Amino acid sequence: MNGWQALERFLRTDPQDVGCERAMELLDIYVDAVSKEGADVTERRYPGIAAHLRACGPCGEDFAGLLAALAGDAP
Amino acid sequence: MSPADCTGAVSLSNRGSLDEESREWLRCLAGTGREGRGTADRDQALARLHGLLLGAARSELRRRSSVRIEGRERDDLAHQAADDALLAITSKLDRFRGESRFTTWAYKFVILEVSSKLGRHYWRNPPVQADADGWERIPDRFSAGPAEHAESRELAGALRRAVTEALTERQRDIFVAIVVDGIPLDALAAELGSTRNALYKTMFDARRKIRAHLVAHGYLDEKGGES
Repeated sequence: MNGWQALERFLRTDPQDVGCERAMELLDIYVDAVSKEGADVTERRYPGIAAHLRACGPCGEDFAGLLAALAGDAP
Repeated sequence: MSPADCTGAVSLSNRGSLDEESREWLRCLAGTGREGRGTADRDQALARLHGLLLGAARSELRRRSSVRIEGRERDDLAHQAADDALLAITSKLDRFRGESRFTTWAYKFVILEVSSKLGRHYWRNPPVQADADGWERIPDRFSAGPAEHAESRELAGALRRAVTEALTERQRDIFVAIVVDGIPLDALAAELGSTRNALYKTMFDARRKIRAHLVAHGYLDEKGGES
């Protein structure tokens, strides 16, 4: 990927993106769905949250953190 | 990961789909479990939950590669995140609707507390910039490998013109702080007394306007990629 392609990817916005507030409100439900049904099924069920988590670094980090916390909690 | 055995005949009718473990957490934390044992059960559940939150906060601070906090300072931050998360959880217990497992819901609070505290902590020891003009680092920011010098200059120049010409003053300030100066979004939100959501929306609009400007000036094509 060259510089222009990387810039274009960064600038691209998804109209389905629900924003941080809504994504964080539903993050626990989304994460449980990922654990139970897998990422692909969950992304199709919650496309607006999936779009946001792909685009927003801090929310994506929180998503990864919550998944890791639950993985650490597993017996 | 249940709190304790404090099963009791408590009505949780508004949370009909609850799994048994979540139900038990709620009973214990509400102190409405076994007769005559409510307070003891609640104290035990609070201590157990705090321990889980503290463990999650410590793990999360270790997991985040960008965190440059070590030792006692990092542990203090973990304790603060766990304490504040526990407070938030107990005050919002009636808002838990059972749409996720209780522990997932609870861990969300501590993960968000870690993010928020790291945002505020950033300003205690912000990284020193190697040079005064962050625009000179822009080609590195958007390059997967060594870029051609001429292409790098063209990209940085086009982006800078788009930022200057297409954005409002507020959008420009936020975009430059995050993309050019590299300030983390949560840290900027803490500094400006704003929220992650508000700054993300500003950045969302800024990205859209910059892209449209670059398309209009022939640097990118409408479908994506360079023209």
